[in-house]
Amino acid sequence: MQITSAKYSSPYGEIVCINAVLDGKLLFVPLDPANSDYIEIMRQVAAGDLTIADAD
Amino acid sequence: MSKAAELAALIGSQTALSNRNLIINGSQIIAQRATSATGKTASGYYTCDRWQQLISSAGTWTFSQDTSVPSGEGFAYSYKWDCTTSDGSLASGDYLIHRQNIEGQNLQQLSYGVSGAKSVTLSFWVKSNKTGTYVCELRKGDDAKHIGRTYSISSANTWEYKTVTFTGDTASALVNTNATGIKVHFWLAAGSSYTSGTLPASWASNTAANQAVGQTVNLADSTSNEWLITGVQLEVGEQATPFEHRSFGDELAACQRYFTKSYNQGTAVATATAVGAVYKVMDAAMNYGTENVVFPCSMRATPTVGIYSPVTGALGKFDSNTSGGTTDLNLITVNIGDNGFSGQSNNQAVGGNAYMRWHYTASAEL
Repeated sequence: MQITSAKYSSPYGEIVCINAVLDGKLLFVPLDPANSDYIEIMRQVAAGDLTIADAD
Repeated sequence: MSKAAELAALIGSQTALSNRNLIINGSQIIAQRATSATGKTASGYYTCDRWQQLISSAGTWTFSQDTSVPSGEGFAYSYKWDCTTSDGSLASGDYLIHRQNIEGQNLQQLSYGVSGAKSVTLSFWVKSNKTGTYVCELRKGDDAKHIGRTYSISSANTWEYKTVTFTGDTASALVNTNATGIKVHFWLAAGSSYTSGTLPASWASNTAANQAVGQTVNLADSTSNEWLITGVQLEVGEQATPFEHRSFGDELAACQRYFTKSYNQGTAVATATAVGAVYKVMDAAMNYGTENVVFPCSMRATPTVGIYSPVTGALGKFDSNTSGGTTDLNLITVNIGDNGFSGQSNNQAVGGNAYMRWHYTASAEL
């Protein structure tokens, strides 16, 4: 999976999801270790291939 | 023994009378995302629900829910792979796989990890212009172990019924969670990295070289190639029973645990239509637009959510009339749970006396 950007979303002072572009699609990825997209994001972060930007 | 007697003997001994098919959407009747997808060169879920296509540098493909079916078997649809750009010389690590992942907690009846571990039988109807030997593989969700069987397509462009049986794994249990327990792989092409060893006839530690030994077909080697499958059933025991046809409603409900959408069934995702869209009108006192969505059922895990404009079909956009006409704007966040989510616009996007509306998809696939 190609992940071109990832950014935490924190609208209420609590991070609720990651706004990420996965294979060219802007999607909202929950912070659920059972979610396959979240698993892949964290795998790429651990591998040093991706950084999740802080929330605004 | 007559076939009726054989079936009667099976009931209560090896398999269940109903709900015996561990595969979801084996008859390919549910296609929530789309009924056709063209130009695919990467892995993904494209048409019929629950079926994933794995592509690693092996041609370009059109996937579709097709109406070619084996005559007299009660099927309306099949899943079709159609090669549109060929790759006649696969690199060692290239592959094509058609697969479904099954939740571990739905497989505890197999009793893996103890001496009574049960065999499973995979049955299906298949058709292709490419005759030859293909590989079916079961893999544990953590990829630690696998087992394989081959089947042959002997007559080109003819529906053939196949069954393969896999012994149980007495040595290690399946996870009892919502994670993948078993991956059901139909190999359609395999580079030499996957074919140089020995196909494991019993559950064995995963070795790449053993994964697809015997796969002689490279489905990507010509743009004339196609492969169709339907009636996929995985059941406990060493005997394939007739396909368990389930109602559209039952099959849809099973699929919605993994993928759901706001669009009507029969309307492809990203279609420009307001029918069924989430809709909210805000009065002048409201600065932020928010709306809540409840899923048809609890999903397997908290899903990834996509938001689509009902006007343009653009992904990541909602539609508003805040500027006097319809305008696609960015939804800034969604707060997602297993049972639903809320979406929120920002203060600059939607003012008072305006509406916001969107479609959504929610995917909790394995």
